[in-house]
Amino acid sequence: MGRDATPAEVKAWDIDVRPDFKGLPAGAGSVSLGETVWEGKCASCHGTFGESNEVFTPIIGGTTKDDIKTGRVKGLEEGKSIVPQKTTFMKVATLSTVWDYINRAMPWNAPKTLKTDEVYGVTAYLLNLAEIVPGDFTLSDKNIAEVQKRMPNRNGMAFYEPMWKVNGKGDVKNVACMKNCAIDPVVHSSLPAFARDAHGNIAEQNRVVGPVRGADTTKPEPKGPVGSGPAPKAVVVAAAPSGDAAVKALLASNACTACHGVKNKIVGPGFNEIAAKHKGRADQEAYLTGKIKAGGTGVWGSVPMPPQAQLSDADAKAIAQWIAAGAP
Amino acid sequence: MSKDLSDVIGRVLPAPENFLSPEKLEAARKARRRFMGNALAMGAGVAASTAAATRAMAAEGEEAILKLPEHSTGLGQSVVTDGYGKPSKWEANLQRRQSPGLTRVNQASVSFTPLQGLFGIITPSGLHFERHHQGWWDIDPSKHRLMVNGLVKRQRVFTMDDLMRLPSVSRIHFIECGANTATEWGNVAVPSVQYTHGMTSCSEFTGVLLSTLLEMCGVDKKNGKFVLAEGADGSSMTRTIDMDRAMDDCIVAWAMNGEMLRPENGYPLRLVVPGVQGVSWVKYLRRIEVGDQKYATKDEAVHYIDHMPDGTHRQYTGIQECKSVITTPSGSQTLLDKGYYNVTGLAWSGRGAIKRVDVSVDGGRNWRTARLEGPVLPKAFTRFNIDWVWDGKPAILQSRAIDSTGYVQPKINQLRAVRGTRSVYHQNAIQSWLVSENGEVSNVQVF
Repeated sequence: MGRDATPAEVKAWDIDVRPDFKGLPAGAGSVSLGETVWEGKCASCHGTFGESNEVFTPIIGGTTKDDIKTGRVKGLEEGKSIVPQKTTFMKVATLSTVWDYINRAMPWNAPKTLKTDEVYGVTAYLLNLAEIVPGDFTLSDKNIAEVQKRMPNRNGMAFYEPMWKVNGKGDVKNVACMKNCAIDPVVHSSLPAFARDAHGNIAEQNRVVGPVRGADTTKPEPKGPVGSGPAPKAVVVAAAPSGDAAVKALLASNACTACHGVKNKIVGPGFNEIAAKHKGRADQEAYLTGKIKAGGTGVWGSVPMPPQAQLSDADAKAIAQWIAAGAP
Repeated sequence: MSKDLSDVIGRVLPAPENFLSPEKLEAARKARRRFMGNALAMGAGVAASTAAATRAMAAEGEEAILKLPEHSTGLGQSVVTDGYGKPSKWEANLQRRQSPGLTRVNQASVSFTPLQGLFGIITPSGLHFERHHQGWWDIDPSKHRLMVNGLVKRQRVFTMDDLMRLPSVSRIHFIECGANTATEWGNVAVPSVQYTHGMTSCSEFTGVLLSTLLEMCGVDKKNGKFVLAEGADGSSMTRTIDMDRAMDDCIVAWAMNGEMLRPENGYPLRLVVPGVQGVSWVKYLRRIEVGDQKYATKDEAVHYIDHMPDGTHRQYTGIQECKSVITTPSGSQTLLDKGYYNVTGLAWSGRGAIKRVDVSVDGGRNWRTARLEGPVLPKAFTRFNIDWVWDGKPAILQSRAIDSTGYVQPKINQLRAVRGTRSVYHQNAIQSWLVSENGEVSNVQVF
């Protein structure tokens, strides 16, 4: 059953890079090459300096020169952080992980399209932003092991075998007390009233028959005891209409949804925001079709939208019509 | 069964459709009679007997019984109206849902299973929680390949045709995201069990044991200490699996609940790693590599690591330990009345089978042992239930599971004492639901 894999096939798929750098292809990339790639393909999500918290958690920040010496990021200790949230370089102990992940999964909407030297370059650029290597540095398979010795959190990982092995003991103990057990009979935490409807109306997320209903979270909690007011009204809410499935498929297959939400800004504006902005414009459809094909910048801010030349005119028009219809 | 049961079973709420108070019901009846009267006065051709009949019915019994519905008096739909059947339209409220504000990119996001409305131990495939790292795909199975390479005598390539000819197993296992219940580490953050615990599902998986494939390829048992599993999607998720696990009960699965995997769950091929966090159950599985070291991939070196109080991170913590939660009554549900309830929920353990589940209705001071509904399987959901007669006073419901290793599900303060409050993953603490006098249930922390 099955057949032997050819050497070329193994080479095509065996792309993983281990902490000892087994699997790392030969190559080299400078900080400045990395910067060029970064500006074109990475900065729109991660920020010019890898600091952005807009789309993904920040990559750069929170490490110090002292951390590079000790191999332990001080900011990971209680109350010691110098940035609002943990960044990639505060946590990651192994440089191989960074190289492998960029090579495997980046850019977000076109993974595995960077050349080997570009992966080295982007990695070098990040290392420079994190002040691990100087601005004139070229990272290669020859010197990467040396750079590993400067990773700020290289000594920050601990292996706890009981949580890895299925027959481990675990680290937290409780006993099965049955009667008059010691508890602190206060509510230590509860959902604040302002968050009551943060997850929508829970009445619409429960069945209409059975021993319970969903609470109507669009209204304050009932005041009287159970049964004193009207019982919650049972409602069935049909699932939200899925809109134009063909257009949705186009949006997904062309990675439009990587930058635009239907109802929210991601990198660029939400489709509903675009619809609202150009509502009533006589040439709306033609205008949007042109924008989709040619790309642009400045209408919504400084982040450019790359041209979508791969779209046929018919497909671009279909998307434009869907946006013009309010992005249902 | 409790003797109180006989007093409360069959207690009818004073409304034919269970949602109108007696006052409202009477008002509605009056309005209808007025309408009928007006209609008659206007000569609308309504038979004079109708209003009288309505009155008579109200006195004699419920309209739902006395007035035959159209489905009793008409012709229904034909076979194959729908070639792939769907749930009743009345069930549309039970949907996979996102938790607002949790993620910013929908292709690297999660949807939660509506545990509050499910029964037994099998999660309907269409409600199985989703976790995508770079969007999901619907892959042509005829073009999908699985490669086995590394420390094996024979590096091999398999088609789906090959794999599906091999001896298969079908086993029921739970899958739980390592970050399930993460929102509750520091404090209560979400309203209902869908969002506190909905990143878990349980299905029957069918496929070939990973050990069968590794044996076929001549795995190097002396040096091969780990396998790397890799996906074919954009993220090409990679995870290190311990060789003991790989040779034990891991399944290279193509089917879920009797049909092929759903695309959102890895069609046409995924790895099943029973008891281990969901991220290791690599979807769109394209490659298995045998190696002699761990791989420190992005999702085991940057994410899925546990931030400890001393500032270190624990790496390679994969086991989903014993855990349970009451699903009815649960957060943001509302009880209709005092009296008898069958409190029910789910328990599971990544280390074995569930041995016992205890339930408390007083915030953990006193406990009673629940009934386990069958079947009780290793590394699978186990459904429990217990009698409870609610007196209408505030009550705090908790469940506490014990697995076959003797491990007792911990309280949240016990977890925090060991792991601090900045951890994200492996939150398996006892969950508390406060039942207020108004009948509403809310998410609280009591320990």
